[in-house]
Amino acid sequence: MTKFKFLSELEEKLSGLPKSDINERLQFYSEMIDDRVEEGLSEDQAIADIGSSDEIAEQIIRETPLVKIVKKRLEPKRRLAAWEIVLIVLGFPIWLPILISIFAVALSVYATLWSLIVSLWAVFASFVGGGFGGILSGLLLSFTPNLTSGLFLIFAGIFLLGLSVLLFFGSREATRGTAILTKKIALWIKRLFLRKEAA
Amino acid sequence: MDIQLKRGILDVCVLAAIKNEESYGYKIIKDMKPYIEMSESTLYTILKRLESANMLTVRTAEHDGRLRKYYKITDAGLDRIKSFKEEWREVMSIYQFVVKEDDGND
Repeated sequence: MTKFKFLSELEEKLSGLPKSDINERLQFYSEMIDDRVEEGLSEDQAIADIGSSDEIAEQIIRETPLVKIVKKRLEPKRRLAAWEIVLIVLGFPIWLPILISIFAVALSVYATLWSLIVSLWAVFASFVGGGFGGILSGLLLSFTPNLTSGLFLIFAGIFLLGLSVLLFFGSREATRGTAILTKKIALWIKRLFLRKEAA
Repeated sequence: MDIQLKRGILDVCVLAAIKNEESYGYKIIKDMKPYIEMSESTLYTILKRLESANMLTVRTAEHDGRLRKYYKITDAGLDRIKSFKEEWREVMSIYQFVVKEDDGND
């Protein structure tokens, strides 16, 4: 593969990112290839050394903030005609609520996921609290005539603590899973914007 | 390895590669190679991050009829290396202790 072909492939896969970002990346990889060639490698070897444009593009997209991609997407490609500006202004009562609701939906999905996690940890905390509380008050009750209720409370407390251990591992896994899931969703949304751009 | 930790270490690694004289992308990768393999994309991200943190400055110069970017460390970058060495002296002594205790059980 020639350097020109590699760079134009990369450029195409990055379309949808701001132009200045793309150019800077292309210059960087171009310099990297040239420096290898200067050292005696063939263009082919130099490019193989750097990696596939697919992998590079994917890493770049993952690292680019979503806001940047969306901003680029919403940017008009040419100067707007007067009637288009009028239309946008007149359409304001329609498109603004739509835009707001799209963001609200995305935000609420995110909030729902994480509030689930928060509530899991809250249950965990209450089990720990309830467990220790049960054992402590059970011990105190055992010194009164209510020995049976005291013993019952102690056992209930131990049982709760046991459950909390299980819950700890469950909550930890759920937290990890949600973190991965939200990252995946972010990548997916970015791709969605980029794909529309390419079409 | 923890991502945050690794990121910090790689940053200092790149700073060390330009500590004594200004350098350019491919040379940085080559100089680090005996110790750590770093991809171009990773280096790019780190250089950007260090630049925006004012730990290095970038200058574009002509080389052999084409442009090449040179990276030069700043005082803030030198400070970062210094504090890294201090932090890791502590980490290394903890490591020595862990290894010693663990080997005793083998």
